[in-house]
Amino acid sequence: MNTMIDVAGLRIAFGASEVVKGVDFNVARGACFGIVGESGSGKSTVLRALAGLNRDWSGRIAFEGTPVGLKRSGAFYTKVQMVFQDPFGSLHPAQTIDRILSEFLLVNRTGDIDGRVNRALAEVALPPSVRFRFPHQLSGGQRQRVAIARALIAEPEVLLLDEPTSALDVSVQAEVLNLLADLRRRLGLTYVMVSHNLAVIAHLCEHMGVMQHGEMVEQLSTRTLREGGATHPHTRDLAALSLSLETVDAPAV
Amino acid sequence: MLSDFRTWALDDNANSRRQAAWGRRYRVWLALKGNPLAMIGLVIIVACVALAVLAPVLAPYDPAMQELGNRLAKPSVAHPLGTDELGRDILSRLLYGGRVTLGMVIAVVVLVAPLGLAVGAVAGYFGGWVDTCLMRVTDVFLAFPRLILALAFVAALSPGVQSAILAIALTAWPPYARIARAETLTIRGTDFIEAVHMTGASSWRIVARHVAPLCVPSLIVRVTLDMSSIIITAASLGFLGMGAQPPSPEWGAMIATAKRFILDQYWVALSPCIAILMISLAFNFLGDGLRDVLDPKQS
Repeated sequence: MNTMIDVAGLRIAFGASEVVKGVDFNVARGACFGIVGESGSGKSTVLRALAGLNRDWSGRIAFEGTPVGLKRSGAFYTKVQMVFQDPFGSLHPAQTIDRILSEFLLVNRTGDIDGRVNRALAEVALPPSVRFRFPHQLSGGQRQRVAIARALIAEPEVLLLDEPTSALDVSVQAEVLNLLADLRRRLGLTYVMVSHNLAVIAHLCEHMGVMQHGEMVEQLSTRTLREGGATHPHTRDLAALSLSLETVDAPAV
Repeated sequence: MLSDFRTWALDDNANSRRQAAWGRRYRVWLALKGNPLAMIGLVIIVACVALAVLAPVLAPYDPAMQELGNRLAKPSVAHPLGTDELGRDILSRLLYGGRVTLGMVIAVVVLVAPLGLAVGAVAGYFGGWVDTCLMRVTDVFLAFPRLILALAFVAALSPGVQSAILAIALTAWPPYARIARAETLTIRGTDFIEAVHMTGASSWRIVARHVAPLCVPSLIVRVTLDMSSIIITAASLGFLGMGAQPPSPEWGAMIATAKRFILDQYWVALSPCIAILMISLAFNFLGDGLRDVLDPKQS
């Protein structure tokens, strides 16, 4: 197995309180690894440490076998990109979509900005007409597509997804999830996705880790979960909860 | 022509960066146009600036020309606003004085706003000891009353327009640094700045191109509201003899010389007073309007 991401003994503390207490996991190239847990379980913090946005961690994080430090180089970000949770907060309010998308290309002095911006928009199925609009002129789903396009424009190998659908309407959630699944297949991307929603993780990922109180209490494959093979009580609770939510939701839909 | 621009700017499907930028500006203008007080302010300011710029054409007399036989004359057809203690035409002096006073104010703003923005944004973004150093310097300047500090600076340099501009600028920048820093602190941790981090952009690039532009609207509002106090400080320095020197016609200095006969020949002091009042009020109106349009926190 070709390991893309290797995390071992990851600990993250904000001051005296330790938020993540020793997390280990591997993600194979081209795979999707889901991290599921309740709010405050430390799952997003793990993702931000992977992205280099959190500098209070210790342990080992390696991409393609190369350990990374607290501060990341520009080259790191050509390989690893992130999609944030809230599409209303992750796009610069005073910049056009064009400006937001071209920033990576300007910083890294790549040519053909016009072509690449247009291709990125096409990649996430946005019409070219949104290019010179401002974020407030777009809907939530369109904004999240822009955020995905911004990550893709770097032509990364790893995409870190921080609850990419939780701020969206249910109907739009499915659209964005399908888009993400499609992109992974087409571009051969590796995903690490964080969500509190087990159904979303199970839809997109083959493997997942369940986090509770800063520890990864269980790692299992989606198939094992479906077959009822979860061993840790917290995983079972989450699974039961998402099942009961589905049955409650079903008649309404 | 104008309606073409209107449809072009308000087009939701902009086709170029330029069109999107103009659309944004045009919407701000439309919102500002809907505010009558702001428009009154803007009209007065534009009129005053135009009068000051066109002073050599409009002024009926040379502002320094003395006519000692006609001292302290009442307003008449020949001298619409009367003459001062040396028989100089007050209307001409008022028009030329606008150049000095407004020129000082504009010079101060051009010096102060970018400085305050830079200091505040850098302090707020980098935090730590950079923040501590810059903000303590700011506190030192804030600790003294503005006019007193400006007086001290001018006295230490030499009385005159340039040193007055420098002195007012030195005392006026700390509030802007404070505002820019406060704005930066709220912007610094947002997801969209984190996203820019993930392009590999340097901290300087992030401050200059992503953080600072978001501080500009509240700074513009503050500058406009501050204009009146800068004008009054400039006039006060002139009044105290520390600003523009005679025979240069400056509104504050004009009032200062007129104070000796303010009860008997009130019109000598009245017109510069009204000029200062009008322009200060106009800037306040415009600032209020701009705040409604530009500052999202107000709505």
